[in-house]
Amino acid sequence: MTRRLLLLLPLLGFLVLMAFFYQGLDLNPFHRESKLVEDAREFPAFELSTLAEPERIVDESLLEGEVTLVNVWGEWCPTCKQEMPQLLDLAERGVRLVGVDYKDTREKGREFLTEFGNPFEVNLFDPEGELGFDLGVYGAPESFLVDRDGVIRYHHTGAITPEDVRDVILPEVKKWQ
Amino acid sequence: MAVIRLLLVTLAVWLVVGQAQAGGIEVRGFDDPVLEQRYQSLTASLRCPKCQNQAIDDSDSPIAGDMRDRVYAMLQDGRSDMEIRDHMVQRFGDYVLYNPRLEGRTYLLWGLPAGLVVLGGVLVALVVRARRNASARALSDEERARLDALINRGRES
Repeated sequence: MTRRLLLLLPLLGFLVLMAFFYQGLDLNPFHRESKLVEDAREFPAFELSTLAEPERIVDESLLEGEVTLVNVWGEWCPTCKQEMPQLLDLAERGVRLVGVDYKDTREKGREFLTEFGNPFEVNLFDPEGELGFDLGVYGAPESFLVDRDGVIRYHHTGAITPEDVRDVILPEVKKWQ
Repeated sequence: MAVIRLLLVTLAVWLVVGQAQAGGIEVRGFDDPVLEQRYQSLTASLRCPKCQNQAIDDSDSPIAGDMRDRVYAMLQDGRSDMEIRDHMVQRFGDYVLYNPRLEGRTYLLWGLPAGLVVLGGVLVALVVRARRNASARALSDEERARLDALINRGRES
């Protein structure tokens, strides 16, 4: 009898594999675990000028004292345009937003804000993508929720949809406030 | 013969020019061949975070270019391969390593193939031993009598 049962072993193996692959069907291949959030890392150090005032240099102390959503965007990025209404909505709800104009020119960055609105308290100008690199940004838009101590608590890759605002961003903001 | 040679030369030129034109991938100069070797193996083993399955030496996505720049700069700076890999993992996560590191959550990944080989070996050994036992054991008199009866019954009908 046990011998007979042993014959079922390959079937069992097959079922395990099936379960494994079936699970894979629902995985989003673009999803990445964020190393920065995993390690609860502090926002990387930077010294960048602001988009509006080239002579004004700001650093990471900008992010201390208040929960802030840092959004990495660029004029060249079509998804960023789709994301702007959600960011304006967030700003209206009292969330503090800081923008990073990533791999852009000042002129185009400013045009973008004129055309799509400016929900940001301030925009950092990162033409070489140095801050972006330290944040592990591999495409725009990406957003980082930074708590009042300057620690990165949430990392969002891709555009923030209205559903994301309701289901993810606002609860996260509340959680760290 | 001359025609074939001409064709080959044309093909070679075309390939070289084609490579250069395809080039989102820049050519870098190294004074030190060892450094160049390390650059090549590093950029071949770091995975482009923007792409589904491409090493950064093979991708013309902007982030892959930035990562190559960083690898190059860090090599010139005298940093070790380990430091460079860590630098990338800190920013882009374990995803960028084509060879995941051996750590708590990757034991299963690294151990499973070896485990399966061992399991297979044990199974083969068990089967072989079972067969050997079976063939070594001859039929008892009683069994032989039953067998004869069965065979004869088959013949009669």
